[in-house]
Amino acid sequence: MRRSSLPPDALDATDRAILNALQEGFPISKRPFAEAGAALGIAEDDLISRITNLREIGAITRFGPFYDAAAMGGAFCLCAMEVPAAEFEEVVTLVNAHPEVAHNYERMHRLNMWFVLACETEQGIERVAQEIETETGHSVLRFPKLREFFIGFRVQA
Amino acid sequence: MTLDAVDRRIIAATQSGLSLSPQPYAVVAAQLKLTEDEVIARMQDMQARGIIRRIALAPNHYALGMVANGMSVWDVDNTRAGDLGEKIGALPFVSHSYLRPRAEGWPYNLFAMIHGSTRDEVEEKRQVIAGILGDACRANDILYSTRILKKTGMRISGGT
Repeated sequence: MRRSSLPPDALDATDRAILNALQEGFPISKRPFAEAGAALGIAEDDLISRITNLREIGAITRFGPFYDAAAMGGAFCLCAMEVPAAEFEEVVTLVNAHPEVAHNYERMHRLNMWFVLACETEQGIERVAQEIETETGHSVLRFPKLREFFIGFRVQA
Repeated sequence: MTLDAVDRRIIAATQSGLSLSPQPYAVVAAQLKLTEDEVIARMQDMQARGIIRRIALAPNHYALGMVANGMSVWDVDNTRAGDLGEKIGALPFVSHSYLRPRAEGWPYNLFAMIHGSTRDEVEEKRQVIAGILGDACRANDILYSTRILKKTGMRISGGT
């Protein structure tokens, strides 16, 4: 994934309108690009080529369905650990060795390791969290989501 | 919430993205030897059931100049956290916002990921959130990431 900024002139006003509008949703129909394009005042082929370009230049990471992992029967939990600096690399190795660890970030805080567990069941979350506690000798704090507020991120139109 | 084998095959075929061609659902159908109508009907049904949250594009915050981000966390009065969380989630610079349980030594129940072009800008936006939360918020903090230790996509297996 691209981690640097695009030049300021990489996107025009139409690209920005597409970025904002298509975060909200995209039709499930026979000609969805024609439909979504009509709402934006863009022809079907223009919308397709612009999204293709946005993907090629790395302005978007993904285009498609976002599945609700919990609705599909999966279980997710944000977890945090307080890991002493001297043990940090060793604990990274132990934690990341679990395939259920979907991503893991070092953060500047007393709780300096934050990762997401993705399992098929809630029991799976508990099992992996306990395994990590046993292997590392440190507590794994569990922060399951109780409620999500999603609107999305806007680029200046 | 049940998914049959065909649903799972559709999920497996689309979770990395949709084809950028005029009839993307027909492309999925051809790949799975289904009809376009069936793929559309099943995906509409999955969306109605909340299994598909939305079909959408995901912006790359870094490419769009939002190279700084911080996980802001807030200790918000329980009785007001739901309403205030809605407001925070609606802010244009917040990409994700969640209510989560508190823990020992961790008084924060509202999490909001703030994006900005610089860390100063992220801090300014944090003040905007503080202003909205007002006296409903007792304490807050922000956690900046210093390193990605692991990043893998979420994957589910296809139907059998």
